[in-house]
Amino acid sequence: MSEFWEGISSAFWLIITLDADLVDITIRSLQVTVTAVVIGAALGIPLAAWLTVNRFRYRRTTVAILNALMGLPPVVVGLIVYLLLSRSGPFGVFGLLFTPTAMIIAQVIIVTPLIASVAHQALRDLWADYHDLLISLNTTRWQRIKTLAWDARRSLLTATLAGFGRAIGEIGAIMIVGGNIDHVTRVLTTAIALETSKGNFALALGLGFILIGMAIAINIAIHWVSGTERRGRW
Amino acid sequence: MIRPSTILALAFTLIYATAVSAESVVRMAVTTSFHNSGLSDVLVPLIGEDTGIEVQLIVVGTGQALRLGEAGDVDAVLVHSRAAEDKFVAAGFGTHRREIMYNDFVIVGPSTDPAGVLAAEVIETALSGISTSKSVFVSRGDDSGTHKRELSLWSKIGVDVSGSWYRELGSGMGATLNTASAMNAYTLTDRASWLNFGNKRELRIVFEGDPELFNQYVFIPVNPDRHPHVNSDGVRLVEEWLVSAKGQTTIGSYMIDGQTLFVPNAQGNDSSD
Amino acid sequence: MVDILPLTLSKAEVRRAGKPILGPIDLAITTGGATMVLGPNGAGKTTFLKACHGIARLASGGSDWAVERSEAELHQSYVFQSPILLRRRVLANVMYPLKLRGYSRSDAADQALSALTNVGLADAKDQMAHDLSGGEKQKLAIARALVTKPQVLFLDEPTASLDGRSKREIEAILIAAQRDGTKLIMTTHDLGQARRLAHHVVFLMHGKIHEEGLSETFFAGPKTEAAQAFLKGDIVE
Ligand SMILES: Nc1ncnc2c1ncn2[C@@H]1O[C@H](COP(=O)(O)OP(=O)(O)O)[C@@H](O)[C@H]1O
Ligand SMILES: [Mg+2]
Repeated sequence: MSEFWEGISSAFWLIITLDADLVDITIRSLQVTVTAVVIGAALGIPLAAWLTVNRFRYRRTTVAILNALMGLPPVVVGLIVYLLLSRSGPFGVFGLLFTPTAMIIAQVIIVTPLIASVAHQALRDLWADYHDLLISLNTTRWQRIKTLAWDARRSLLTATLAGFGRAIGEIGAIMIVGGNIDHVTRVLTTAIALETSKGNFALALGLGFILIGMAIAINIAIHWVSGTERRGRW
Repeated sequence: MIRPSTILALAFTLIYATAVSAESVVRMAVTTSFHNSGLSDVLVPLIGEDTGIEVQLIVVGTGQALRLGEAGDVDAVLVHSRAAEDKFVAAGFGTHRREIMYNDFVIVGPSTDPAGVLAAEVIETALSGISTSKSVFVSRGDDSGTHKRELSLWSKIGVDVSGSWYRELGSGMGATLNTASAMNAYTLTDRASWLNFGNKRELRIVFEGDPELFNQYVFIPVNPDRHPHVNSDGVRLVEEWLVSAKGQTTIGSYMIDGQTLFVPNAQGNDSSD
Repeated sequence: MVDILPLTLSKAEVRRAGKPILGPIDLAITTGGATMVLGPNGAGKTTFLKACHGIARLASGGSDWAVERSEAELHQSYVFQSPILLRRRVLANVMYPLKLRGYSRSDAADQALSALTNVGLADAKDQMAHDLSGGEKQKLAIARALVTKPQVLFLDEPTASLDGRSKREIEAILIAAQRDGTKLIMTTHDLGQARRLAHHVVFLMHGKIHEEGLSETFFAGPKTEAAQAFLKGDIVE
């Protein structure tokens, strides 16, 4: 148990002294994850809306594939992105391996299906509700998408947050494609793994608490920004 | 009142305002054992100061380090596994081997020493003590330099490593030490990883000093004929620095808990093999 | 403004899962007075309204307004049996059809507020629509349907499962709308309501028109046995 308390006190000191490495690592974690989640939401939510209001032949199949992709093992994503971005791979010329960009690419692949799938569930339920009304009002497809997206905005925010939660705690893929380079691609999760491997459990645990605290803080912040909590239920 | 959008904008600025500019970057794949020693934390900033080169370390096992070199994903490798190094250079993936330094492996195990390893004079006796007493031994099992060395030691004394006393992990040095510590088992580790390891509990060094346990570190530049994008100039500067008087002295004087870890042994200043 | 009525159904048929559930129907619905669609459960009343409104696809036959379909769509509204409300505030619900039509926010808000005033919901404008009572929800749906000043308003059992007072208030709203020139085409289970509001009756059974005509004639003496039994309150299959 002593390691646990050491972890807490080590986290406490790292934070109140604004440890330079900690700040660097934390900012990079946010950079990579926020960018990936913003891109993931920008791709996933329109995809979900499009799947909701369009009827086409392979819609069910597409949705099923999307749900399956949601469970993609990050390590496999990492390996595939690694092979693609490696100098010997098809996109090697861009020299992206072991850069934050590579980490963002891997995380976009991981979070987009998740965001799209959760968003699709929410939009589909709302569409079932609104369907007859929106047809009766002669809405265009674009008006339908806008209406559903607006009225389901809180669920879409939740979908995005789910993506954030998955990405910020993810290590399998970013370790492989980022390489955990100090000051370049080291983020909270890879730093935790590194400190654990050195047997520095206290520091690892401290970083872990910061990771958890940050995830919680960002959830609260986004809810606060959107103001949905104060506005009450529908 | 502070508008939420203001705060969001601030947050974004904070998140993205960190610009990275690196004049000359050399990516080097190094082994976990080297990195865990903490020596890299001393060397990398000094190289930066003296040569202006930012050395970026990718910390992996020897097997993966050489794969990264083969693929051209790093500019140089720093590894310690003779047979694999020779193959790598012979296949034309690396230009040459450059010996930099060596450290040594040690056997760590429970202080109670149920296998009687403490009394052993030579590595053969130490290992056969473990296998005949069927004391638990954890192996990295990850095809790393340390793992390869361990296997070659077992095969040298003709012990078939199977049975419930021999646990193959497939993990790095740190995870392996954590496991050994939790199981109070024997394992082979490089001295540097051991000294820097923070979770020793009941474990201690039970065997050391046999020349069979020496561990030569070698610097290999990735061949620019195969991968024209590699930073050969930067690599050459890093290599020159490592074998320079300053580099070698720095390596030789690096200590943990009053113990030196590495013996510098670069030959001359000629970078051809 | 051009009249979208009469609505002419010719051999109009709706099928679900391969079997016909409505039609073939030949009928003209003209301006003036409310058209009341009556019939036992499952007779096809809802399907009939949706077919007229154009949201139930015809398997065969036609349903034509006096003007182009795209023009006619702008001048009709539909109130569903169980109100479909947007997950927004009351005022935003009523503004919604106006904003779809490109009204500015302030114009839409003004007109929506006046529509809410007409149904007595002005005070509730800032409440969430889903927090309203059953009767208020239905009034909100009617206000939203009327805010575009439709020539034709379809209502599917607008007062089913509401208490007497809500029922009276809604009837008053509908009568006022009628006075303002909106043609009502509605279904109801409430024969009293039918007598009070109807000008023209369509009596459906098994998806077909069993009897049709002016309401006075129909209620004074239905020609068919089924309609007689229906008016007496007997179970009609
Ligand atoms: N989607 C559907 N699939 C199959 N049958 C349906 C469907 N919708 C309605 N029906 C059937 O069509 C008939 C008419 O339904 P409806 O128009 O709702 O009747 P009413 O409104 O008069 O009660 C009923 O027998 C009903 O079961
Ligand atoms: Mg019905």
